[in-house]
Amino acid sequence: MPTKEEKTVSILKTITLRAALVCATALGLVAAPVFAQDFSGKNIEWTIPFGVGGGTDVWARFFAPQFSKSLPGNPNVVVLNVPGGGSITGANQFAARAGSDGLEVLGTSASTQFPAILGDPRVRYDYAKWTAVLASPTGGVVYVSPQYGVTGPADIEALRTAEIRFAAQSATGLEMPVLLAFEMLGLNIRPVFGMESRGAGRLAFERGEAGIDFQTTPAYLSSVAPLVEAGKAVPLFALGVVSADGSVSRDPSFPDLPTFVEFFEQATGAAPEGQSYEAWQSLMLAGFSLQKMMVLPRDVPADIIAAYGAAAQAIVDAPDFRERAGEELGVYVQLVGAEADAALTKALQIDPAVREYLVNWLREEFDVSL
Amino acid sequence: MLDAALLALGHVFTGHHIAFLVVGVLIGLIVGILPGLGGIAGMSILLPFLYGMDPTSALGMLIGMVAVIPTGDTFTSVMMGIPGSSASQATVLDGFPLAKKGEAARALSAAFASSLLGGVIGALVLSVAIVMARPLVLSFSSAELFMLTLFGLSMVAVLSGRSLAKGMAAAGLGLIIGIVGTAPATGEPRMTLGIDYLYDGIPLVVVAMGLFAIPEIIDLLKRGAAISETTGLGGGWGKGLRDVLRHPWLVTRCAGLGCVIGALPGLGGAVVDWIAYSHAVQTSRDRSQFGKGDIRGVIAPESANNACQGGALVPTLLFGVPGSGSMAVFLGGMVLLGIQPGITLVETRLDLTYTIIWSLALANIVGAGLCVLLARYVARLTQIPFVYLAPFMIMITMFAAYQATRSIADLVALIVMGAVGLYMRRFGWPRPALLIGFVLAPGAENYLYQAVQFYDWGWIWRPGVLIIAGITAASVVLGLRYGSEISSEGHTDPAAAATRPRQFAFAALFLSAAVACIATALGLSFLGQVFPLTVGLLAAGGALWVLTHLYGSHASAVHDDDAALALEGRWSGRELYLSVFIGVVLGIWMIGFLGAMALFLPAFLIIAGKASPIRAAILTASALAFIYSITTAMSLRLPEGLIVTAFG
Repeated sequence: MPTKEEKTVSILKTITLRAALVCATALGLVAAPVFAQDFSGKNIEWTIPFGVGGGTDVWARFFAPQFSKSLPGNPNVVVLNVPGGGSITGANQFAARAGSDGLEVLGTSASTQFPAILGDPRVRYDYAKWTAVLASPTGGVVYVSPQYGVTGPADIEALRTAEIRFAAQSATGLEMPVLLAFEMLGLNIRPVFGMESRGAGRLAFERGEAGIDFQTTPAYLSSVAPLVEAGKAVPLFALGVVSADGSVSRDPSFPDLPTFVEFFEQATGAAPEGQSYEAWQSLMLAGFSLQKMMVLPRDVPADIIAAYGAAAQAIVDAPDFRERAGEELGVYVQLVGAEADAALTKALQIDPAVREYLVNWLREEFDVSL
Repeated sequence: MLDAALLALGHVFTGHHIAFLVVGVLIGLIVGILPGLGGIAGMSILLPFLYGMDPTSALGMLIGMVAVIPTGDTFTSVMMGIPGSSASQATVLDGFPLAKKGEAARALSAAFASSLLGGVIGALVLSVAIVMARPLVLSFSSAELFMLTLFGLSMVAVLSGRSLAKGMAAAGLGLIIGIVGTAPATGEPRMTLGIDYLYDGIPLVVVAMGLFAIPEIIDLLKRGAAISETTGLGGGWGKGLRDVLRHPWLVTRCAGLGCVIGALPGLGGAVVDWIAYSHAVQTSRDRSQFGKGDIRGVIAPESANNACQGGALVPTLLFGVPGSGSMAVFLGGMVLLGIQPGITLVETRLDLTYTIIWSLALANIVGAGLCVLLARYVARLTQIPFVYLAPFMIMITMFAAYQATRSIADLVALIVMGAVGLYMRRFGWPRPALLIGFVLAPGAENYLYQAVQFYDWGWIWRPGVLIIAGITAASVVLGLRYGSEISSEGHTDPAAAATRPRQFAFAALFLSAAVACIATALGLSFLGQVFPLTVGLLAAGGALWVLTHLYGSHASAVHDDDAALALEGRWSGRELYLSVFIGVVLGIWMIGFLGAMALFLPAFLIIAGKASPIRAAILTASALAFIYSITTAMSLRLPEGLIVTAFG
């Protein structure tokens, strides 16, 4: 079969070529100074503090070749996975190592942002020293098992009387605003921590071990929507989209579902308020409104940061972007350039009183000491 | 279902699809052969090509890669005694002794033939199971998964060799090493000694290579011959094929085991080879050759680990929850291609589902076929004087260990585990028992904790739990009756009794690890302490049992490979080689990987191997070029060294 061999040879050749190119790059780096705004022949290393195949990894691998195409000089954008410590390890490593030449970037997620907000002692990175060039929001839906006979906010009392198990990864992870929402609603939720992923949590729900669950938008659309159709799950509310000013609007992926705030109002007759609500808004802003971010060290020259911003803009503006992004990125508006950076700055300005509240709440409710 | 399957078969056999599948297979084999590299490295090569490809070809390429990683890793396991990946750990036990006997080609071809059959059986089971496996997978809750980890631990009874006491103590130490890190329930740090590196636990690759590769390299260096003790390749590859054909039921049973274990999300492929190996021991009449080069000890794990990939596709495709590490990679690739795994995929895109399944079967056939063709030639490596191979194996081992977390601490941990493995080997302790304990520790604790949270103590009476408990009990009984006949750790030397004091000292180390674990546990909150306390007590019990056996000069416990030498007042030189390893790590730390290797390789070749400077220079240059090109092509990293970091 000549075609088969030809194909093999041609691909192997490409790989060798790539290897040769990388060698040449390494030599070139030593020889010539970095020319601003031209990355030709350069390697850009995109650190992803998670393993291969997870949400943030897939997100980065979707964007990486497009940055390759859109950045001036078409550099080779390589994803470098550094898993461990719930993303703290990789982010720490990036904070310690990344230079100011714009050739190293980091991808972060809610599990990188939350520990930074809470002042986790393991965190050695500082978002104030980073600037965001791209931020991808996401949303999520909370749903329950039909066994409780609950269909909406009017049935809140029925929901409150049962002790319901919730399979979660950790108290300080992605589920944190969801746990806070449960508490504000006065539900009797017993979280079971230690799930390997949200997917494992969903399996626990499907097995009937957990009575309530939460999934982010892509996972909800692909795996929970069929359960809802089959009558095996009842959606309660979407978390909603929190803007920088703290206002909450309906999730464009779920226009028919009430937001958490609407659900709360209908269930209790009053709008949510107080420190717990402020904390919830802060967490939503930092973990969902900008769930995944591409950041660079702030001391990278402004023209290089601008080049990244322009590249992100070009990617997002491409006519077929929505179609290719599919369910993974959903219908959310991607923030790019200065807009993303402003949102990042805003999101991480958390009131010390709110932080104090969260730290106390974690200690009292879940015995987590920070 | 049938028409979808046939339609998919048509897709798979188009020239285009097969071409990409073969590319995937070739990359998967390379990744499998290099120890420590898994799906991540393979993925980073394939990804740039995925964009713009049509989904069936791209899926073929991904499946081709993922499917043959447990085929390629057999080369490393058999030829070098280094587990190529976690799926081929048990293959080392009999595969490497076969290579030493000059039967490497036989072991390899038997391994590849059983990989092929296992993989195809896995794909066949998958093609039937995929449409009805949903209730089965859903019936395995945390409670059943916890019982399965106990079932895995019960394999220690078979793998302990002559001394069950040593097996228990070793498994206990494995469990203790396995709990290093943060408690899954409470996030409290345990046994981390305040070292950042230990917060995430020690990576499996590092533990497995430390336990198996380093002691083997040192042992071979000490003997100063080639790996193979005889010249010529023995029966060759035809004999290996006939071996497999003589054991059709073993292949089928182990493939079945592999499918089922692979299909359960969470348990992972890291124990499937041990379970299959133990099963082969339990069901064989003549067990005297296990651990010394019994071909069945190669056939069983190799049929299971490829079938496991078929099983692991069940939860991956049905629920979008990866059934193994390489399936996580595959899952990521699917999402990138715009294919959302889940029940919708299986129900509405059955043709695509079957394309994946047929590709899996075909990739196994192509991969094993290529390996069988290569086996004879690769086996010749065992004829080369080991002193020429050793420095390259040391380089590969360190390269692989560093890829685990890209920290220099990986290399330190490798050396520490290497020292543990070295003395375990010398004093006749079963290393597989330690590894099983280590692999199962996090799962056992997590699932127990979850089961108690979800069901309170009622989980014990779930029917699934009772069934697995029954199987476990039967397996322990069988293991105790028959396990004592296998041993990978050599015979007792009559002189061994004379060196009892040092054996005592080594066993006491196990006891002190257990005491340290208990002490740590007592300082933790209730949920964080239950498991380490149990494990610590178990390990302490095992260690005390060994100590009483040693005190009473019990034949099963007394063992020292170097006893005769020691009595003559001579020295085997193990510590010398170990210190060479330490020196290499220090060199890497200071001047980086490439720099340290550029010094170490020629120095070793010239001083120990008596090679001419020109030859040493050529070998060094090609080795460095190889590592450098692998590193760049797969976007990996090499340690840079303090000096480079300080001035860079």
